[in-house]
Amino acid sequence: MKFQIPIGPQHPALKEPISLRMTVEGEVIRDADLRLGYNHRGIEKLAEERTYLQNIYLTERICGICSHSHTTCFVQGVEALLEVVAPRRGQFLRYLVAELERVHSHLLWLGVAGHEAGFDSFFMYTWRDREVVMDILEMISGNRVHYAINTLGGVRRDIDEALRTKILDSLGILRARTDYYFKLGANEPSFVGRLAGVGRLSKEDALALCAVGPTARASGVAHDVRRDDPYGIYGEIPFEVCTADSCDVLGRTVVRIKELGQSYNIIEYLLRNLPDGPVAVKAPRRAKPGEVVSRDEAPRGENIHYIKANGSDKPERLKVRAPTLANYAATLARLKNGFIADIPLIFAAIDPCICCAERTVELIDGRSGRPTVVRWSDLRRRAARRAGRVSKKRNVECPL
Amino acid sequence: MLKRLVRWSRIKSPWILHLNSGACNACDIEVIAALTPRFDVERLGVLLKATPRHADVLVCSGPVTRQMKDRIIRIYEQTPDPKFVVAVGACAMSGCVYRGAYNIMGGIDQVIPVDVYVPGCPARPDAIIDGVVKLLGKL
Repeated sequence: MKFQIPIGPQHPALKEPISLRMTVEGEVIRDADLRLGYNHRGIEKLAEERTYLQNIYLTERICGICSHSHTTCFVQGVEALLEVVAPRRGQFLRYLVAELERVHSHLLWLGVAGHEAGFDSFFMYTWRDREVVMDILEMISGNRVHYAINTLGGVRRDIDEALRTKILDSLGILRARTDYYFKLGANEPSFVGRLAGVGRLSKEDALALCAVGPTARASGVAHDVRRDDPYGIYGEIPFEVCTADSCDVLGRTVVRIKELGQSYNIIEYLLRNLPDGPVAVKAPRRAKPGEVVSRDEAPRGENIHYIKANGSDKPERLKVRAPTLANYAATLARLKNGFIADIPLIFAAIDPCICCAERTVELIDGRSGRPTVVRWSDLRRRAARRAGRVSKKRNVECPL
Repeated sequence: MLKRLVRWSRIKSPWILHLNSGACNACDIEVIAALTPRFDVERLGVLLKATPRHADVLVCSGPVTRQMKDRIIRIYEQTPDPKFVVAVGACAMSGCVYRGAYNIMGGIDQVIPVDVYVPGCPARPDAIIDGVVKLLGKL
């Protein structure tokens, strides 16, 4: 006998609103489906009404955890359109913040994974050490979460010698703690037992379902935009792409812990080789007509921004493909034939960032089960019909 | 006597529910950061609960998307009386950068009554704790 279990949109296992529909037979999940749109805010439409400079602050608020990778991706694209190149010191600082953000995001994820596996002391440990990174970020940029350090043609703030030494000192603490997590993650029998073999995704499936980031790398796909299509100064930085072959949640944990070590190396390299000079150049306000695709490696995987310019100081179109969206298909495949108790663990393993992904409009016909992509004009007609019904029924006006 | 006991216990251990109404995650991680060792609100008796039926205080973030609106009202109705709402972040207060977007209501107070507003984009964990303390001071 088959049952349907709805999970979310408000659910203790999920920090953000999303709805999962599971069709279960006993304890085993036979089918999984996602309901999206609880977090859709309409950022892409909003971006068309703002200038390039204002849009930096809007793209920053696509997501609070990988805010810097979204602005980096956007700024890289707009700089290509404006034909300006950020000075070297500016680029070093930009990617320094990017790597610090990766460290804070991975530590955050390790904590969440520990929490979902029932290992709450691990959660508290990683979040305590995450505060070290948050302090560094606050000292560099002045804010803990939205750093607002990117600007067109460079970065907005410089760092001094005292801060540089302080960051290098803090790296020592972080390295020691990460070694401890690696020992804990690979040797603690109950933790390993909970994670090993859960949510398997084979290498073929990872490629076929277009998984990105640590999710793909844990299935043996060595894909990293920083190495495959080096942007900025990543071409000259020595680092390794970490992979694992276990294809399960344990592999994803190990990949993230190894990536922490690589990020510390990159941060150290950037600080030791920090060139002198200005941090930003003045950028023009208007971009010539043209279009650009910009990619970068966010903590969760490949992030893509498409920007179309029409000659004014505002973009004609901005399209964002966040890494979580690319990982949804792989998650649903992994949920099938798993157990109900593994849902939070499997879902958390892609490090879902729902606010990043909520940008598409796709409706699934409940009767035929066929997905239909709705055109904008159809959607407007539907919206107008619905608005007409609502206002007639309740005699109210929409507040906005 | 009983009234005083109830009031005392309410101030001593407010249980909170964290509700994301379409926020960008920044306020949410700051709410979680307030629960972890650096800030550790659990020492003050604040406990994060999983269901609105156990909660006294709804800590809401986000500008309220149209799809979440009905769910938020439902969650608010499920919370037992007396209930209080803390709006965390600039989005929850007025919509912040999303103001004017087609899918945004523009603030928690457009949907449910709010007792305390915590400004900031995102609000710092110490600001969130201060907001909850101010709320308890009002009781």
